[in-house]
Amino acid sequence: MKRILPAIVATLALSAANLASAETLRLLTWGSYAPDNIIKMFEEKYPDIEVEVTFSNNEEMIAKLRATGGAGFDLAQPSHDRIYAAQLEYDIYKPLDLSKIDMSNMEAKLLDGVKENTTIDGGVYAVPHQWGTSGLMADKSKAPDFSGWDDLCNAQYKGKTSMRLKRTILLGTAFSMGEDPFAAYSDLDKYQGILDKVADKLISCKENVKAYWKGGDDLQAMMLSGEIVASETWDSTAYKLFAENENIVFIPPSTGALAWIDTFALPRKGKADDAAYKWINFVMQPEMVKLMSASTGAMAAVKGAKDLLPDDKKAAVNAAFSDEDVQNLKFFANIPPGVEDMEGKTLEKIKAATGG
Amino acid sequence: MTSDAKKLSLLLLFIPFALWIALLIVLPHIGMFELSLKEKIAPRVYEYSLANYKNFVTEPIYWNTLLRTGGVSLLVTFLALLIGFPVAYYIAKVAGKRSKGALFLLCLIPLWVSDLIRAFGWILLLRETGVISTALQASGLIDGPIEFLYNDATVVMGLVYTVVLFMIVPLVSTLDGMDNEMIEAGYNLGGNGFTVLRRIIIPYAMPGIVAGCIVVFMLSAGSYLTPILLGGKNSSWFTEQIYDQFITRYNWESGAAFGFVLLIFTSFVVWLGLKLSGQTLSSTVAKS
Repeated sequence: MKRILPAIVATLALSAANLASAETLRLLTWGSYAPDNIIKMFEEKYPDIEVEVTFSNNEEMIAKLRATGGAGFDLAQPSHDRIYAAQLEYDIYKPLDLSKIDMSNMEAKLLDGVKENTTIDGGVYAVPHQWGTSGLMADKSKAPDFSGWDDLCNAQYKGKTSMRLKRTILLGTAFSMGEDPFAAYSDLDKYQGILDKVADKLISCKENVKAYWKGGDDLQAMMLSGEIVASETWDSTAYKLFAENENIVFIPPSTGALAWIDTFALPRKGKADDAAYKWINFVMQPEMVKLMSASTGAMAAVKGAKDLLPDDKKAAVNAAFSDEDVQNLKFFANIPPGVEDMEGKTLEKIKAATGG
Repeated sequence: MTSDAKKLSLLLLFIPFALWIALLIVLPHIGMFELSLKEKIAPRVYEYSLANYKNFVTEPIYWNTLLRTGGVSLLVTFLALLIGFPVAYYIAKVAGKRSKGALFLLCLIPLWVSDLIRAFGWILLLRETGVISTALQASGLIDGPIEFLYNDATVVMGLVYTVVLFMIVPLVSTLDGMDNEMIEAGYNLGGNGFTVLRRIIIPYAMPGIVAGCIVVFMLSAGSYLTPILLGGKNSSWFTEQIYDQFITRYNWESGAAFGFVLLIFTSFVVWLGLKLSGQTLSSTVAKS
């Protein structure tokens, strides 16, 4: 006992000293957005900062921050359309000090877009990090003519398509019906009208769909095994599959792929802002961007991002996107209050409908 | 002095239980209940009202899903009883002393693996390009691939598989306490196998049956992973609705209300079951 006691005291003292000198950067981010090799290099450059990562998704990030009023994490990475309304409703972020972020290298179009979407009372709440699109993918050898959102409901591919029952498919279907859902955000009655039409379409489409996928893994399994020939997808998932089977390509829908931008935002009660800014500047350096994109499969919001992709991903992007497709991108618009509820109800209606 | 010491030790024994109940069960439920009574008027403005409960009653999708969940859970309970009873009877009455422990262990083994992994196991077996479909095709029994996954039958099967153990354990412990001579006496008095089962074994095992049914029903109505992973396009489950309200719709108020609706509904079904079978909680769950 006498010998154990000093040891305990020493350990306690040591850990107290650790706490005093080392800062912890608690990241709340997407799976693959904080690869081990980058964390290691960051910790080597800043030995007094320790990085702790929690993987999550848009909805769960907001739920986690809402539960604590914005405490528990120092840097979050929600998509650009999930900041404005969440901040208005739950007050979970704090404005960025832009002077501490090196923005010289950022792609101006994306930076301005994110700033515009996330400015509240003069404060900017987010800067862009990674961007990518949601669209379609198809096995070219089995579905050579696949080109638009409505092809998911094409009887030619009956029982061989899949989609995720989330808001993306509502928006994509609306575009394929010639509507502009983002423009209708300002007139919610009109938007409800669009949603009703979309719901009818997707309910009648149910028998065409094999199953609704829930995460990247089950989508990949269905696609690689050939159980489905086409699906709604994230581009990064399609690029991954392209590496395994060159017939599986990402297809920007004829009405335009839907583009998202994942951002950096500071939780309101974060405790390590300086470390967070250091992380932002660190991972936006060109050499880090290359490593990051290899892990995420998405493009960074820096100039010339496509050239910083690893070779296999670059080939996949080139196989998918022409310059016109890039011009045709539809960026997700800010979600105004109330829309989440309307969309949620519509999705429930589709799921509960018995057809197919 | 000694009685004081006794009181103190009683108190000390009681404290962990009281803390557990108060801090982890009662307090969170009070918080949830308060949350469920709030209605969002405008961003960051909430008012007390019954709107969330009214919303549940007026929207058929919600109570249909709840009834569906309840119905399927009853079916799961019934099937678990049907499968679990013979297994429990064999372990308790037929198997020898030594094989008893081994058999019991065999029943426990699936519990060592998490729900999630077991669900993925089923997915590997049942999918269109999975083990069973491929094997059937190779044996020439079927021509094309068959999809076993993504339908309600799969969900029922997956749930029965997950919960059947919780039926077997209370049944074994009840049947274990039954004197074999009672069964022999039944036969001696001229009863056939069915009469003995109906008049002697089942009435004796009733507390175990009811206890198992309650646990199994609650587990299956409250399960989330199995219905989500194995279910198909049309299989809605009420816990999924609660998750959606909380997470994808940011509507904690309504999610909390749904949580209470589920609690009240399952409690009601259990109460009804106890009334119909003429049992009480103290004679069943508390006993086994």
